[in-house]
Amino acid sequence: MSESRAVSATRDSSRTVAAGLLAWVWPGLGHLYLGRFGKGLVLMGSILALFVLGVAMDSGLQLHLGLEDPLALLFSAAQMGVGAPYVLARLLGYEAGFVKSPTYEYGNTFTAVAGLLNILVLLDALDTARGIRR
Amino acid sequence: MRSHLVNLLLFSGLVATVFAMLLRDQTRERVRFGLLAFAAFVLSTLVIGWITNPFPR
Repeated sequence: MSESRAVSATRDSSRTVAAGLLAWVWPGLGHLYLGRFGKGLVLMGSILALFVLGVAMDSGLQLHLGLEDPLALLFSAAQMGVGAPYVLARLLGYEAGFVKSPTYEYGNTFTAVAGLLNILVLLDALDTARGIRR
Repeated sequence: MRSHLVNLLLFSGLVATVFAMLLRDQTRERVRFGLLAFAAFVLSTLVIGWITNPFPR
């Protein structure tokens, strides 16, 4: 009996880790993995739309590491919260943005909020995997 | 994309959708919460914009 409980606990913890990783790598994927298809698809569509609109508005996706500019570091971390789409956009050459664009600050807000929302989605996926949320 | 109002509506709609999905479990509650959050985003922005209009700098 105790052995089956240990096996079940191991399976649950690996399921939680997988859901968390997938949720960070691609918005909504953690919920899809857990079988929450409707919720996962809506979250994926909303967060990706926010991020893509932000990039289309000439947002900068520059990578700030180091503590000489803490606010830039936090901003960069917020954008990175969206996961693979951030890496993909940088690889496609959208990292610099266009500072003189009238929509530059709007774009920055959209991309940073997309990343921050994805962190909330990641936490929700972890709670769902643990059975805390439905 | 240069319209402030369109940007506000897009941002409010998408963020309200995510909050509604995360904070409510039933479809009916999600729709109600999403609409309320959307209205709160848009109205509060318009009110703050109107109040700060005399102080551009």
